[in-house]
Amino acid sequence: MNGADLELDCRTMLCPMPIIELAKHFRDVEVGQVIGVVAHDVAARVDVPAWCRMREQQYLGEDTAEDGAPRYLVRRLS
Amino acid sequence: MSNAARLDLDAASSTPLHPVARDTFLAALDRGYADSRRLHGAARDARLLLDNAREATAEALGVRADEVTFTPSGTHAVHLGLLGLAQRGLREGLPLAHTAVEHSSVVHAAQWAGTPLTVAVDTQGRVRVDEVPSQAAVMACQSANHEVGTIQPVAAVREQTTAPLFVDACASGARMELEPGWDAAALSAHKWGGPAGVGVLLIRKGARWRAPFPADDRVDQRSVGFENVPAILAAAASLQAVVAERDEVNARHHALIDVVRRRVAAEVPDVEIVGDPDARLPHLVTFSCLYVDGEALVHELDRHGFGIASGSACTSSTLAPSHVLAAMGVLTHGNVRLALQRETTRAHVDAFCDALPAVVAQLRARVGL
Repeated sequence: MNGADLELDCRTMLCPMPIIELAKHFRDVEVGQVIGVVAHDVAARVDVPAWCRMREQQYLGEDTAEDGAPRYLVRRLS
Repeated sequence: MSNAARLDLDAASSTPLHPVARDTFLAALDRGYADSRRLHGAARDARLLLDNAREATAEALGVRADEVTFTPSGTHAVHLGLLGLAQRGLREGLPLAHTAVEHSSVVHAAQWAGTPLTVAVDTQGRVRVDEVPSQAAVMACQSANHEVGTIQPVAAVREQTTAPLFVDACASGARMELEPGWDAAALSAHKWGGPAGVGVLLIRKGARWRAPFPADDRVDQRSVGFENVPAILAAAASLQAVVAERDEVNARHHALIDVVRRRVAAEVPDVEIVGDPDARLPHLVTFSCLYVDGEALVHELDRHGFGIASGSACTSSTLAPSHVLAAMGVLTHGNVRLALQRETTRAHVDAFCDALPAVVAQLRARVGL
């Protein structure tokens, strides 16, 4: 969980499910905290930053989860 | 819903035959069957029709007749144009280059020939001119984007590079005047009411172009295979007709798309309308709806009688989202591309805008949003 206060396991989900999970759970962290979306779906690489822009949240970038799966990091701003 | 009530709003994929194309095609079926390379009467007839089609196409596009080559598809015109221009530079070890939002036919051809440089675009899908390489085996820049409609700054790209310039003009087709600067360009007849199976390759007089594929002993040695003379003539007739009526049609379409852009933004929450709102193809708009499955959206709109395209991953054969939307950095899911046909009216557009909010709301409700 290094770098994320909450991690969403969206490894088996296809678009747009990872973004739906993000929308449903991003209020589970406090303002200022970081949520990680772990997804193999390639659309998430574009759609997580696009969601952050539309929702006025901060996209911090991509790293990898412990198993090497892509993880997209979002800081809750509001 | 019955076929009669169906509304095709996918002109960017293909258009129904223009009435002029249908008449010309039927008339030419009997006259244009023979081998235009032979010297007897029927053959001379076919040759005459082919030459007429070339003259008419050149005139409609504002080019020389000897710059026009008919190909078996727009894709083949892209392959021939791009790769033929690149031959010399590739031998010198230069890379091919193309914008990040080219049609897949350009991308596939460039990857087939080498490891291309991809030139980035801004969030509206317009190529970043300052990132165009000053040298390349070929630089490919479309006239306008086929998915989001943004018009590309072809003249500025021409200024930026010494590379031969290939312009894929399939998306703008007969709708827009072809901007000068191209060394080769490609168009596709079924996008302007002509039959499928006719592409147009333009090679500027004096351009350094070499056939990238085996030659054929036809009238025009730049292309291959026995010409489909009736289809080519029908394509040329339709091109002339569409060019003649485009000022009126474009103005009407531009205003109708403004209506769609305004109504969708006002009536559907959490939607991103993409592409340049003004410097765009007159008939096309693309938007993405947050939390909506693109495939479900296509099916649901089809059930309501609206035929639209989508660049979302779940609607593609590869399960990857549209490389155009990805390069722009805009939302890829819940994507709708709407492209008006010649006959589309304000009532059609309003019917679509009336139906959309409930369809989107229903799909969102299914996933608990």
